[in-house]
Amino acid sequence: MIRFENITKVLGGKTVLDNISFEVNEGETFVIVGLSGAGKSVTLKHMIRLMLPDNGSIVVDGEAIDNLGRSALEAVRSKFGVLFQSAALLQWMSVHDNVALPLREHTKMAEEEIGRLVAEKLHLLNLSDAGDKFPADLSGGMQKRVGLARAIIMNPKIVLYDEPTSGLDPVTSRRIDNLIVDMRKELGITSVVVTHDLHSALSIGSRIMMLHDGQIVENAPPEEFICSKDKTVQSFLESQYITKKGKWETGLSHE
Amino acid sequence: MRYPAHSVRRFGNQVLQLMHDTGHALFMLLESIWFIRYVFTKRSRAETALQMFTTGIKSLAVITVVALFTGMILALQTGLELRRYGQEVYIGSAVAVSMIREMGPFMTGLIIAASVGSAIAAQIGTMVVSEEISALEVMSINPNRFLVMPRLVALVVMMPILTVYTNILGIMGGGLVGATQLGVSLQAYMDNATQFATNKDLYVGLFKAIIFGAVITTVSCHQGFMTSEGAVGVGKATRRSVIISFLIILVLGYMITRLFYV
Repeated sequence: MIRFENITKVLGGKTVLDNISFEVNEGETFVIVGLSGAGKSVTLKHMIRLMLPDNGSIVVDGEAIDNLGRSALEAVRSKFGVLFQSAALLQWMSVHDNVALPLREHTKMAEEEIGRLVAEKLHLLNLSDAGDKFPADLSGGMQKRVGLARAIIMNPKIVLYDEPTSGLDPVTSRRIDNLIVDMRKELGITSVVVTHDLHSALSIGSRIMMLHDGQIVENAPPEEFICSKDKTVQSFLESQYITKKGKWETGLSHE
Repeated sequence: MRYPAHSVRRFGNQVLQLMHDTGHALFMLLESIWFIRYVFTKRSRAETALQMFTTGIKSLAVITVVALFTGMILALQTGLELRRYGQEVYIGSAVAVSMIREMGPFMTGLIIAASVGSAIAAQIGTMVVSEEISALEVMSINPNRFLVMPRLVALVVMMPILTVYTNILGIMGGGLVGATQLGVSLQAYMDNATQFATNKDLYVGLFKAIIFGAVITTVSCHQGFMTSEGAVGVGKATRRSVIISFLIILVLGYMITRLFYV
């Protein structure tokens, strides 16, 4: 569904991505982990062409996106919903207007229909009472949920999550994890999640890829990932008190 | 020998960067002009009306004070000189022509660049830092249509209106000083003012105001979009937007005057 072919990206003289190749398959929750500055968010931004690679090619649904014109790029981007690290809500708009924005901009739906769809998504994310509030009045967790509601309002095939649980308390973090799993189960959405929270990655991911010094050091399902022999992966697991004592118990249902 | 070569290379890079930035800003302006055809759609209409309110109504207080005192200072300075020759009655024409041709659009431009322009740069800069601009791009919402075009329309429409307001208050301020400090009656002051100020003066002044409105929008939005380095970057973008707008207003003001009057 999304294929990176020999991607290299240099930023400020530092090679952030060094000739990496991988593929995200349809319907999976693909998690990218790594230390801060490992190139996780840069990888995510390449998928929607917010950044262009210095070398290599990115293919989405069989179409190389590197040289697309504006309308073709918009068609590719319409397949994506993105939850940004900071939620990226427009501060002068209410929650309702933020979530309704893509519908108002790209469809000719009547306001009643838009209102119904927005209410549906807000209800799904347990935000039914927040429609009239403004982003500044919301907690970090609520802002992320509003960002997620906006990301899925156009029913995208793929949702990208940039650090969805960073800065949140553990309870809210697990709630967001549950939502990501539910998105896959109930809506069949392909997810790409960037995080440095391994507990979250192991809980929600159907495959986990670790980036380190611009290279892919591991790309495996959670059960294999925690048994990795790579020293960087082992060190990363140990830093978050995760040891390979058999199958990872997620507490979340992937069925 | 390495040091001069390094300096030349650095200077060359700065020139290239300046050309790149100028090209980027002009492209943004042209694309925003192209998007003006959407100004009467429901969403753009609301945003444009909000920007007009911000530009016009919220700037009225400071413009009132500056315009009044600009006219009063002009009248006092020229009046004191003219009094030496017994010609103080001519302060009407001096103030009116100065305000309509130069000081009206110039002072309005500076005030709007400092208040509205800096706010635009700060808002867009903050949106860049908090990934709101990236979010718009991912949602295939063109930031030039969504953010720049309504501000461009608002400033290009409001600048001439505010300039006329500045002119009127400036001339009134001059009349006040003439009547209270220089012994020139209001009737004589107004007769003199309307005798020498021409329609051409008014049109050139309004033309300047329109150009200044476009300049302030372009510079402020462009500086906002170029923001990096978080909160520090927003501060830098805001400062740069005011300085660059001031410089361009000064230079263009001179060039337009030269074009129409020399």
